[in-house]
Amino acid sequence: MIFLELFWTFFMIGAFTFGGGYAMLPLVQAQVLAHGWLSSEELVNFIAVSESTPGPFAVNVSTYAGMQTGGLFGAFCATLGVVLPSFLIILLVARCFVKFQSSRVVQGCMFGLKPAVVGLIAAAVVSTGQTVFFENGFSAAALGSPAFLCSAGIFLLMLILSMKKAHPILIILLSAVLGIGVGYLPFMA
Amino acid sequence: MAKQKHSFKTTLELFSTFLKIGAFTFGGGYAMIPLIQREVVERKHWISEQDILDVVAIAESTPGPIAINAATFVGYRVAGFAGAFFSTLGVVLPSFLIIVAISFVLRQFEDSRVVQYAFAGIRAGVLALILRALLSMYRQCPKNLFSYLLAAAAFICVAVFNVSVLLVILGCAAAGLAYSAFAAGRMKK
Repeated sequence: MIFLELFWTFFMIGAFTFGGGYAMLPLVQAQVLAHGWLSSEELVNFIAVSESTPGPFAVNVSTYAGMQTGGLFGAFCATLGVVLPSFLIILLVARCFVKFQSSRVVQGCMFGLKPAVVGLIAAAVVSTGQTVFFENGFSAAALGSPAFLCSAGIFLLMLILSMKKAHPILIILLSAVLGIGVGYLPFMA
Repeated sequence: MAKQKHSFKTTLELFSTFLKIGAFTFGGGYAMIPLIQREVVERKHWISEQDILDVVAIAESTPGPIAINAATFVGYRVAGFAGAFFSTLGVVLPSFLIIVAISFVLRQFEDSRVVQYAFAGIRAGVLALILRALLSMYRQCPKNLFSYLLAAAAFICVAVFNVSVLLVILGCAAAGLAYSAFAAGRMKK
């Protein structure tokens, strides 16, 4: 049943991602693509939507994936799923958080989880890069195509801007404008 | 914490405060902390400056989105279970409603040519944003051989061998736990 599946999948995502924000991306990407709820392109598109609307990425993406697959009730189930683990764990931890914080087990796990997040996001960069640059699979011909060169140009420009701490929404707006401008160039057809 | 009777009014105020926080922070997670600080510490005096540091520490070391963790924690501190429930509901509700609305709009426009060009550009920009997130995660990560190896192992497992992300997260937590137990044991000798 789709509603139970949405709830359970996003429950697992909520229960096993640490750090919030983009730290959640690798698991969200793996789960949502494996279930076929969104295509890899739709997911990357949605990251931009989530950056330009208020609220946490996890809540936004669970609502959206739920909405696309199970309508309003699907969105409700997925969002409830992603929120519930945090809610329950904080209720448990709030009473004894000093003990929790200094616990050897918690600190030990965090010692492994921080590098894990770095490695996992690096993997997400690679798979997102494939989606962005090689829609139809990697080939030597794709490497020289105008579509690839334009995407690469936009990417490099935005990378420079984001290193200069430009706001994410500005980066998204500029890339949209460049994407439209480039899309109507005669050699892109 | 002393047991005290929490008024209906406090719970309602928690709800409206977190509704505001949920509706006005873009990007979620850490972007929310300064707003929580202003509303909850400086304006309402519900918790102290020190508590905010606890909120951040606790939100980082428990799973799930930072915003949800922080809302549940503050709500519980201020008004017990009802406070936690309504704060969390408040912080989630704006995202949920906005994304439900947006998913109708997106469906309407996704076939338009301009929108497709815009998103082609946006995807390249999003890749730059994820890369920036990767760099900031790397900066927060402990710098030692163990964590470099673990990050590399997590990357190779997912990007090359398609190992499940969930499995990698659990494995890395276990490795961190084992390593810190081993290090603590060696210190004792």
